[in-house]
Amino acid sequence: MSTQPNLMVIENTIPVDHDQLLTELGRDQALDMLATMCLIRAFEEKAEDLFARGMVHGTMHLSIGQEAVAVGATRAMQKGDYLLNHHRGHGHCLAWGSDVNLMMAEFLGKETGYCRGRGGSMHIANVEANNLGANGIVGGGIPISVGVGLSIKMRRTHQVCLTIFGDGAANEGAFHESLNMASIWDLPVVYLCENNQYAMSMPMTKAFNIERISQRACAYGIPGITVDGNDVLAVYAAVRQAAERARSGQGPTLVEAVTYRWRGHSKSDRQAYRTREEVKAWQQRDPIRRFAGLLGLSEQELAVYISEAQRKVEAAVAFAQASPEPDVSTILEGVYA
Amino acid sequence: MREITYVEAIREALAQKMAEDPTVFLIGEDIGIYGGAFGATAGLIEQFGEERVIDTPISEAGIAGACIGAALTGMRPVGEIQFMDFVTLSMEQLVLQAAKIRFMFGGKAKVPFVLRMPGGSGTGAAAQHSESLENWFVHVPGLKVVMPSTPYDAKGLLIAAIEDDNPVIFVEHKLLYKVKGPVPEEMYRIPLGQSHIVREGKDLTIVATSVMVQRALQAAEQLQAEGIEVEIIDPRTLRPLDDVPIIRSVKKTGRALVVHEAVKMGGFGGEIVARIVESEAFDYLEAPVRRLAGLDIPIPYNRTLEYHAVPQVENIVEEARKLVKGVY
Repeated sequence: MSTQPNLMVIENTIPVDHDQLLTELGRDQALDMLATMCLIRAFEEKAEDLFARGMVHGTMHLSIGQEAVAVGATRAMQKGDYLLNHHRGHGHCLAWGSDVNLMMAEFLGKETGYCRGRGGSMHIANVEANNLGANGIVGGGIPISVGVGLSIKMRRTHQVCLTIFGDGAANEGAFHESLNMASIWDLPVVYLCENNQYAMSMPMTKAFNIERISQRACAYGIPGITVDGNDVLAVYAAVRQAAERARSGQGPTLVEAVTYRWRGHSKSDRQAYRTREEVKAWQQRDPIRRFAGLLGLSEQELAVYISEAQRKVEAAVAFAQASPEPDVSTILEGVYA
Repeated sequence: MREITYVEAIREALAQKMAEDPTVFLIGEDIGIYGGAFGATAGLIEQFGEERVIDTPISEAGIAGACIGAALTGMRPVGEIQFMDFVTLSMEQLVLQAAKIRFMFGGKAKVPFVLRMPGGSGTGAAAQHSESLENWFVHVPGLKVVMPSTPYDAKGLLIAAIEDDNPVIFVEHKLLYKVKGPVPEEMYRIPLGQSHIVREGKDLTIVATSVMVQRALQAAEQLQAEGIEVEIIDPRTLRPLDDVPIIRSVKKTGRALVVHEAVKMGGFGGEIVARIVESEAFDYLEAPVRRLAGLDIPIPYNRTLEYHAVPQVENIVEEARKLVKGVY
């Protein structure tokens, strides 16, 4: 067990000029990004609350504390682009512009949910919006990104596929096969490693013999970028740069956003592998408060965003709870097209 | 009708579908200039270019993932796994991704691709290049499994598989590649999920797959000389399985033998036997329903050992004779 709080300094490997980025985004979009981060936080806090009250059938993987990655990355993408993400995926899905009602309905296993209650927390997809789904298998979406990239190239549509996975996935064999294939064919894919520093209980420091996961990019002959994953503008800048490279036909980039998961891996996690001090220290780097501070918002002004997010989530819970359960007579549907 | 080989039939199906549908492309190891380890894609890179005949690194999970991702976004990929054995390296993508995506996403996505792979023994390729793993995939809802036994079926089933909106595991057999048979030049489809009565007879039903259909036919010729009339049914598609002709046939003959190359335990034969004994055909049985399948061993290298590891014509003759004569 680690007794030393893990408080690594995260240095951006690309220049991140906050003032310049805020000017480019404009204040309205920046505030909307903050609102989305608050919505993700509110959704997951509510999910946790519903679970604690015994109202959730399955488990869940919360990304509280990681909101800057989801929002910064998705804002760097364009309409029509593709998303593949991972099991800790509520945030990416919401940031992609998904309907919070349909997400909550899916979370509660209702027929009105994005996947008719068949997928649940780990498998939310919205193919109509080119959200090709969260994945319950660590690294499972990474090989799929190769096909999406090939398809974009063949159809000549200039789309980009944002593929988000965790630090654990970077140690799967499929990561190696896929990044190599994407590189040799210059596929329009952004590989975003959302490094929250623990693969369940395995700390990154024990699972890698390198300082930065983005160092692996050199093995594939592609750029590697590491940024502070609790700085939404840094993530935005990195993914935007990677997406521009992809869209212009120059191939994939491996972006690493270093962040921290405030909650356990899933609901069965007692977190014996890290100290409370470490978690508390990382909570001081709250991505929402940091961004609100950067935008010059007061506590009261931030509270307005938070309560608006909570209101939307409460409405979503009401929608989901009023929604019908899937009818057992439909159980066989949807296996084959 | 013109006769071509099984591998030529496959190549023709690929070429005709690629010419007709710009979303169809090929991806696999050494399928370009090399033409595929067994020549199935020979000449196609010259005809369609390297953008549609894509040589990959040795990355079987990547090949499967490439098929899935492209299929999800509007293409109809046809992947090649060089030997069926190597599909073990693609299993996560096939079983946990391809097969599940549609259901898991509430029936709102489709994954139309074909993954071709040669299985089977008989070439001295030993234990890691001779597997018959089709039943692994039969066990997975969301996948379809096709196993053609003739050039005619290979072409018609492959075209139908490419046009199907689901992931299809297309299992070819190395020993069948050079077998010749009548194949129409134009495009045609054999619907997936349709068993084929290959030969009619009144004394015994043999259900056989892939190369065992050919061996069962040879056995039937010998048995006919002894006055035993064998009916042979080739399911052609293992999943979905059309068991209606099988049950009807067993009601007629009262005897059934299932023959496949894969290891008997946990093999497809068990499913066929179960379908028969669970059906009304049970009341018509005059003998136990038997399976003739691969021995419970990996495929050995030595020519004689390899020969004896899987059913041969004489084994089928002997087993059929026992069933008809009631000596078992």
